[in-house]
Amino acid sequence: MESLLNHARQEPLWNTNKRVIAVLAAASLALIVFPLFGPSPFYLHLMIMIFMYAVMSQSWNVIAGLSGQISLGHGAFFGIGAYSSSVLYVHYGITPWLGILVGIVLAAMIAISIGIPMLRLSGHYFAIATLLIGISFQVVFQRWEMVGAASGLWIPLTEESSWLALQFHDSKTPYYYLFLGFFIVTYLLVWRLSNSKIGFRLRAVRDDYQAASSLGIDISKYKIIAYAISAIIMAPMGSLFAQYILIVDPDRMFSLEISIMVLLMTVLGGIGNIWGPLIGVAILIPVSEYTRIYFGGTGGAVDLIFYGLILMLICIFRPAGLISLLPKHLLEREKQR
Amino acid sequence: MNILSVEGLGISFGGIHANRDISFNIDQGEILGIIGPNGAGKSTLFDLITGYTRADTGKVIFDGNNITRLRPDKISNLGIGRTFQKLKPFADLTLLENVMIGAFARENDIKTARDKALEIIDFVDLIEKRHHFARELSTGQRKRLELARAMATEPKLLLMDEVTGGVDQKTIPGLVELIQKMKASGVTIATIEHNINIIMEISDNILALDQGQKIAYGKPKDIQLNEQVIDAYLGRVDVA
Repeated sequence: MESLLNHARQEPLWNTNKRVIAVLAAASLALIVFPLFGPSPFYLHLMIMIFMYAVMSQSWNVIAGLSGQISLGHGAFFGIGAYSSSVLYVHYGITPWLGILVGIVLAAMIAISIGIPMLRLSGHYFAIATLLIGISFQVVFQRWEMVGAASGLWIPLTEESSWLALQFHDSKTPYYYLFLGFFIVTYLLVWRLSNSKIGFRLRAVRDDYQAASSLGIDISKYKIIAYAISAIIMAPMGSLFAQYILIVDPDRMFSLEISIMVLLMTVLGGIGNIWGPLIGVAILIPVSEYTRIYFGGTGGAVDLIFYGLILMLICIFRPAGLISLLPKHLLEREKQR
Repeated sequence: MNILSVEGLGISFGGIHANRDISFNIDQGEILGIIGPNGAGKSTLFDLITGYTRADTGKVIFDGNNITRLRPDKISNLGIGRTFQKLKPFADLTLLENVMIGAFARENDIKTARDKALEIIDFVDLIEKRHHFARELSTGQRKRLELARAMATEPKLLLMDEVTGGVDQKTIPGLVELIQKMKASGVTIATIEHNINIIMEISDNILALDQGQKIAYGKPKDIQLNEQVIDAYLGRVDVA
């Protein structure tokens, strides 16, 4: 027994499966060199959308998958990020880089002030409350003159592409690297989070809140922490997307579809697993973009039919998401004896 | 010396007194056994002490602090650990992760928490199962998991709700031995037990409840002979 205890102490703290690490390293490298092969703008756009939704879905995965609170209004934090950087740039000429930071701080503050009263609500009631909050943000911004009301704000074009103004007119490649950077950093941070005291305690709150509180965990506090972290991840994607399309308007930025898409993608890929959102996004974004091409403007409905179908199949056959199709030994840490 | 003192504790649910005017003390370092027929209010008493249910009347003093109106997590941080009658393991986490969550009550660093959890898992004799998911463990193993998880929070007082309930006969001696080992390590213990033989063997003092009220308190050999306790267990025979 003594030797087994000593042996256990020597074990690595996290999954060190060499093949998994090698695959991740190779994939990151491939993503970094991808633009060098001169892909068409369409493929760059496709990848940008994948990175963006991968981060947004991960944001939803933190609140829903890690802490167990279903939010149906997560688009609100996307819109807050988009409007923060855009308003600061349009009205005051402040660089979007600073705008991104302001968006992050505002999103966190709003999440905390919403979270303090709302996260006391149990399960379904929290979900309904967030749905209404998501909608009310859209309504407020549709009527708020300073931010352009229903028609929104156009971000004035700079003469030349500029990293300071985060505008690139000749190529999508800089946007590609911008989104890729946020994607990689977000996934590293969330991985780090889930292997920390906070991550462990959030899973405890999710699995059994009564047992969690018997272990000294302040349930409300940890739910609010998760909600704030989730908002912090979401907001910069709004800012970057605004810089990508150079317009912000309430219908797009506070769209209910955002809140629903992040949920669908995460559930499809595998909720509660760090790779789940990425898998869901890598499948649904191409479907969405291709149907847009083949069916034109009306294609929006076709991809929704497809999502509905996939979701039904997943709920019936693979409730743990597509990631549960991968071999177990890759997902769990090595069981050394 | 008292580590816990309960004074006039009571609660009623819809007019039924689940606990009524209960007073007792727990001495530092002892094992207090709590017995009583089903529905006597034993688990309710634990819920009142640990803050899961708010008392209507009375107070609970732990280690010099009045903890009567505190939340469960605050009470845990002050040093009362508990296990649940209906087990509550984190089913989709491994045994090690379960116990680490307990260890994080006192530690911030993941490596320190891991090493501390491993030591306690070794203490409850489950080290070879450390990477098994809680849902894969047997009932007896899950009881050990709950004990280990509570121990990891470094409690001064540990409340155990039917540790030997629902496990097969062969598993019981090991669990009893573990309880005694825990006492020897310096933890004060209050344990709810249905098995009279076990409670008589391990307890320093016994508190007997019936219909929400304290009916007896004393040394095991005295409790055994107490008429009210015998009545409560065997049922009073009314003479027509």
